[in-house]
Amino acid sequence: MSNNFLYQYILGIADNSLVLGQRLGELCGHGPNLETDIACTNISLDLLGQARSYFQYAAQLKGGDTKEDDIAFLRTEREYVNVLLVEQPNTDFAYTIGRQFLFDAFHLLFLQELQHSHDITISAIAKKAIKEVSYHYRFSSDWVKRLGDGTEESRLKMQNAINDLWTYTDELFHQTEADKAMIVEGIGVDTAKLKEAYYHALTEILKEATLDIPESKWFQKGGKNGVHTEHMGYLLNDLQYMQRTYPNLEW
Amino acid sequence: MSEAQIKDLEAQFEARIARDEKIEPKDWMPEKYRKTHIRQISQHAHSEIVGMLPEGNWITRAPSLRRKVALLAKVQDEAGHGLYLYSACETLGISREELYEQLHTGKAKYSSIFNYPTVTWADIGAIGWLVDGAAIINQVPLCNTSYGPYARAMVRVCKEESFHQRQGFEIMMKLAQGSPDQKEMAQDALNRWWWPSLMMFGPTDAESVHTEQSMKWKLKRKTNDELRQQFIDQTVPQAELIGLTVPDPDLKWNEETGHYDFGKIDWDEFWQVVKGHGPCNRERMNARVGAWERGQWVRDAAMAHAEKKQSRKTKKVG
Repeated sequence: MSNNFLYQYILGIADNSLVLGQRLGELCGHGPNLETDIACTNISLDLLGQARSYFQYAAQLKGGDTKEDDIAFLRTEREYVNVLLVEQPNTDFAYTIGRQFLFDAFHLLFLQELQHSHDITISAIAKKAIKEVSYHYRFSSDWVKRLGDGTEESRLKMQNAINDLWTYTDELFHQTEADKAMIVEGIGVDTAKLKEAYYHALTEILKEATLDIPESKWFQKGGKNGVHTEHMGYLLNDLQYMQRTYPNLEW
Repeated sequence: MSEAQIKDLEAQFEARIARDEKIEPKDWMPEKYRKTHIRQISQHAHSEIVGMLPEGNWITRAPSLRRKVALLAKVQDEAGHGLYLYSACETLGISREELYEQLHTGKAKYSSIFNYPTVTWADIGAIGWLVDGAAIINQVPLCNTSYGPYARAMVRVCKEESFHQRQGFEIMMKLAQGSPDQKEMAQDALNRWWWPSLMMFGPTDAESVHTEQSMKWKLKRKTNDELRQQFIDQTVPQAELIGLTVPDPDLKWNEETGHYDFGKIDWDEFWQVVKGHGPCNRERMNARVGAWERGQWVRDAAMAHAEKKQSRKTKKVG
């Protein structure tokens, strides 16, 4: 495929939305109250909707009979290229919110640049997604503030979640071969340029939430190259269950 | 208030209902009317919330992205229904916390159908088609019920339910027209969900304790048996259309009555599930109570944060 880099680049964006949407989907019906349950499901719906748009475009690039579901469901674990952050489990509500916040802050900055992509399909998807992700970011950062500056217990839980998840933030800025090629073409976003704004945004919110900024300089990476945490296999088990058990059927 | 005055108010109240006027939260109402409505509306709200669980069970495993998104949206609609029904119930002078307490301690009931497990993807189709189909038949008359907030909530609920029902039927149709495995999955789901769906209309009229009073207050417009018959008459041709067989050897069209005759419902099973001994009663309750308990610190934090914010604001102003 001549567009291989473009195809890989799209998967990189799509897999983040797919995997985070899947994680949030696990919580539907189990939230701390009805309003938050509905909000988390909303975010899941937005992310899966975005993932569908990206996968449909990827399927079109791949050509032949390829459909969105073939790409979304039928790759091996090593072929999924989402960042490690989004596959982290729903350990408790603080982790769910922490994961969302650390991703949303990046996602919003990323989409604000991606809307200027020279690829008109990608640009259109990004434009639509910005509205949704602005809401996600407001929701998650409001909850970081509530939990951080709530009770002693909630502060501790929120701080633990941020400390544990911080190690996955640096990978958001790693650039694969496909990323680099797409930056040169004016299609992709040069994420290196977003790093400062990203950590600045986190710092502001965490301060307001009366939380400490983690000082650790050790970061995990691998997802973007298909090397995932141990959680990923179980997530894919669920995601792929029907497509693997009953191959080649229409649903 | 003297007994005569109360009698007079009651007479005026019954006359308003007879004239099809809506009763609003601030209007005077007999205590029994209030209690009956709290019971029914909360039972309905609880059913929506517990009903999220069997379907939620398939969100992570839905077979395609399109189906996953539709299922998520559907389960979210149910959360929304729960929300307006709890709000309608709160207008009768009971708090959401009290209502949850009643659910969690088993004092309040929810629809027994949700105590059955969803074991295959086809169960998601069967729930939409049969369970939502039965719910609509039960609920459409409630759009004209006498209590205003309930009637208004039901208008919206019914619109969404009818969308869910079509979506469920479409899942079943796709399976029934699919591979032998898919068709078998669809038939198996119909076999398991058919009888519990018939039980959703409640005991036979002879056994139903609430029917008479509820008919008077327009909480009910038709009896359990009439509604059940309507469901059967409507659903059997749909099953035939997609080539599935309703699991009732006694099912037969009756030219004389213009309705289907049907076999005997296993009421022992119904009462067993109502009394807490269905396949998933314990799981459903554990899931609800668990979510509530795990969420306690979150709700406490939100309250504490709101109070801090308020007091900072007050200080600034002061």
